[in-house]
Amino acid sequence: MQQIINFLIKNKNGLLYVFLLLIALGFTVQANSYHQSKFLNSSSWLTGNIYQTSTNISTYFSLQKENNTLLEENKRLRNLLFNKNIVAPDSIKTDSSSTYNIVTANVIKNSYSLSKNYITINAGKNQNIKEDMGVITSNGILGIVDHTSNNFSLVQSILNTKSTINAKLKNEAYFGSLTWDTKDFNTAQLTDIPRLVKLKIGDTVVTGASSSIFPKDIPIGVIKDYSLKKSENVYHINISLFQDMANIKNVYIIKNKDIVEIKELEKKIK
Amino acid sequence: MLNNKFTIHIIRFFFLVLAQVLVFNNLNFLGFINPMVYILFFYWYPVKENKSILFIVSFLFGLTIDFFSDTMAIHTASCLTIAYLRSGIMRFCFGVNYDFQNFKMTSTTTLQQVTFIALLILFHHLIFFSLEIFSFSNLLLILKKVLIVGSATLLLCLLIKSLFSTQNK
Repeated sequence: MQQIINFLIKNKNGLLYVFLLLIALGFTVQANSYHQSKFLNSSSWLTGNIYQTSTNISTYFSLQKENNTLLEENKRLRNLLFNKNIVAPDSIKTDSSSTYNIVTANVIKNSYSLSKNYITINAGKNQNIKEDMGVITSNGILGIVDHTSNNFSLVQSILNTKSTINAKLKNEAYFGSLTWDTKDFNTAQLTDIPRLVKLKIGDTVVTGASSSIFPKDIPIGVIKDYSLKKSENVYHINISLFQDMANIKNVYIIKNKDIVEIKELEKKIK
Repeated sequence: MLNNKFTIHIIRFFFLVLAQVLVFNNLNFLGFINPMVYILFFYWYPVKENKSILFIVSFLFGLTIDFFSDTMAIHTASCLTIAYLRSGIMRFCFGVNYDFQNFKMTSTTTLQQVTFIALLILFHHLIFFSLEIFSFSNLLLILKKVLIVGSATLLLCLLIKSLFSTQNK
């Protein structure tokens, strides 16, 4: 017993180091296999508020540009509205029959230089944001909500090696999944498109219909280049994203009202 | 006096964390270069101090940065390791002087100080990027990142060090 205690006292620094390192590595491995940790992320009250304050100051410098982006989007939507003869509602009412609901938020922290990138936005449980909701911008797709706190949420960006999002070519019926190889933050990869499909550089890629997270036909990007090895049956496609991932200010969070029902069904099958 | 020293360390702790997460994490120079200037914390930390306290402090320090940047405990692991290696690196850089009771950082040459910071950065970045990329098939990518981001970190660390160095210490 005496010897054990002596050994512990003699090596207390080394043991403390190993102990703390194991805790740290445990966190890392856990984060690689499943969701971001429940308590160690930047959507918490303290970090969220610090980022919020910093964003409040820095957004003043890009107000003009943001206004132009919003005007541009309004113009597009107005065009759609007038040319399709949809009657604008007299008053804003929440239609209980619609499947998708939209909430807006601002990005308060963005990252795109790591291999697992997360974005923090300033809407959370109080705005009815829940895990696994889709997040888009006015230009295209952005990611999926990974974790929420009361006023902030953490979004797993498409620039994350853990993300796979159902995507398809706009004019073809073939589905693939959207992944990221960490090399360039404006280029993502589309896999699992079979070789019998005829591709052209510049073809548009949109979200597919078999995902319960995103509505179908949300723009993702255009085909930048593609390659096909002789031994393989699927293309390797690089997609240049519509959304400039380095510059995101306002986002829309999509709530799918049917998601509970869909998930229950999926559970029953399993 | 002791109180005053403590206060300086605590202020430095928070100053470096905020500088890192609010400024340097958003640099993204050339798309991926984010210098990690918080390594200066280990340069400025007192030379002769209880090691266990250093480990616990560096654990908390790394964890705070992880907290902000959503990099699950990668900063923590690399901070902890350079805290562990710190005395060895110091002995390597400053030679026998380090073992003297009245050893002071200001009594060393600039070259020795630069080597010290460079080695801290090298070990830190090696561990950081190996854990971040988490696959040995990308060994070249890891080395490339260590080299490029490391040089950027070294440059900025030296600039900040010279900005905040005091003559009378």
